[in-house]
Amino acid sequence: MLLEISSLRGGYKPIEVLRGITMHVDDGEIVAVLGSNGAGKSTLNNTVCGLFPAFGGEIRFEGRDITRARHTDIVAAGLIQVPEGRRVFPNLSVLENLRLGSYRRGRERREQNLEKIFALFPRLRERAEQRAGTLSGGEQQMLAIGRGLMGEPRLLILDEPSLGLSPLLVEEMFALIKRLNEDGLSILLVEQNVGQSLEIARRAYVIENGVLNFEGTPAELLANPQLKRAYLGI
Amino acid sequence: MRSLAAIGVFALLIALVPAMVDSGYLLNAIIMTLYAALLGQAWNILGGFGGLFSFGHAVFFGTGAYAMAVLQVNFGWNAWVALPAAMVLGGAVGGFIGALSFRYGLRGSYFALVTLAFAEVFRVLANTFQFTGAGVGLMVPLKESALNMQFGKTGFLYLILSFLIAAQLVAWWIRHSRFGAWLQAVRDNEESASALGVDVFRVKMLAIVMAGMLMACGGAFYVQYLHYIDPHLAFGASVSVQALMAAIVGGIGSVWGPLVGAAALQLLGELTRNLMGDAPGINLIVYGVVLVLMVNFMPRGIVGLATRWKR
Repeated sequence: MLLEISSLRGGYKPIEVLRGITMHVDDGEIVAVLGSNGAGKSTLNNTVCGLFPAFGGEIRFEGRDITRARHTDIVAAGLIQVPEGRRVFPNLSVLENLRLGSYRRGRERREQNLEKIFALFPRLRERAEQRAGTLSGGEQQMLAIGRGLMGEPRLLILDEPSLGLSPLLVEEMFALIKRLNEDGLSILLVEQNVGQSLEIARRAYVIENGVLNFEGTPAELLANPQLKRAYLGI
Repeated sequence: MRSLAAIGVFALLIALVPAMVDSGYLLNAIIMTLYAALLGQAWNILGGFGGLFSFGHAVFFGTGAYAMAVLQVNFGWNAWVALPAAMVLGGAVGGFIGALSFRYGLRGSYFALVTLAFAEVFRVLANTFQFTGAGVGLMVPLKESALNMQFGKTGFLYLILSFLIAAQLVAWWIRHSRFGAWLQAVRDNEESASALGVDVFRVKMLAIVMAGMLMACGGAFYVQYLHYIDPHLAFGASVSVQALMAAIVGGIGSVWGPLVGAAALQLLGELTRNLMGDAPGINLIVYGVVLVLMVNFMPRGIVGLATRWKR
């Protein structure tokens, strides 16, 4: 098991947002974490990445206990998050943004990885010297993902990659995530876009009010009329 | 590497000045410009590259100035030994303020207010204690000799030039180094920087310690050049304003911004003095107007304007 979370509790002191989450990600999987606004998805993300302290429970990454590890060590271990909302560094160039992705990890192969990213996103190569803040929304999302990939993740956490993108770009984004996974990358996909996520995910979890109320395959989720109504509106 | 060569060319040009100029007035104006550029760069390292706007850089300046004066006057230290000590103390004050502020994630106006408060506290303390000369201030006896770090105008020009070149090299290093990329990433987006594994606290700490050391160096120079320091000169708001003005007018977050800004402000100062006579405080009004106009219409300063034209 790549990532193993057991009865994790966390949040913003003193408020507990995550009230005992148990889940796992296997090597090579895409796992979707679904849930409405405020369900605790981003809190889960940030707690796993060590940005917020866990109140209780355990997080293991490749067998190692990382519950109390610093975020710098977690990134160095290869658990890398692409934060929500295309948080690129607007005043740095595209190239500088990408290079920053490889400071904790993957420095030896930085130039090869850069080539890979540019092959994946040719637009970024065209704009390598441009300031990241001048890119379009879709390009910034590509840059944010590219920057995450520069650190050679073992597990990539994508927080709402489709947020604020046009419908066409959303399609492209999910196609890309699928392709990355087919090339062997394990992905934890945290999304509100339920339909698209279920198309590419192997398994899914649904969070509500800080607890899981579903886990299983997309087919099982779609077969459950209650959840289907609650989360898909159909 | 071209920008590094530019620093070398600049150093050479200024080094040639004394051979061509012998007006004391002009030499003094150049010395004060380089000095203001040093203060501006000390502000720029934290505010420009790190996005941490300090409103109380005087706290580092005054620490350096008082350390320089107290160590020489009360303890009989040699000026060349006192200088590194003053810089270390400035860095230590930076580390102290930084540890308190960054530990609790203060940014923006909150950080600015904390720095302002520290400068005021230090001013009150300097006004109180006997060893700082209290309200009377401290006078460093005039003993002109290179051994005492007391020169004529030409010597002081070389002294401040070498301080400024050191500051320029630090800024150049920040612009091009890994640490600098971290610092600018933290400025642009702290959350993303953490997500990439950047140790935000440590990066900010290093920046404020460097800023404190350079600012203390400016304070030490002030004492050597003018032989006198008092609480208001050391910790007053005008020093903080002078530092941030040079950086903001020139262009924050750029290697040459503070120098360009210092030169522009020096010119502006001379002009207002000549045009408006000696009406005291008029330069402060002009500074205020310039600051408002700059922030509103040229947030990237003169250097930012120049690079925009180039494109």
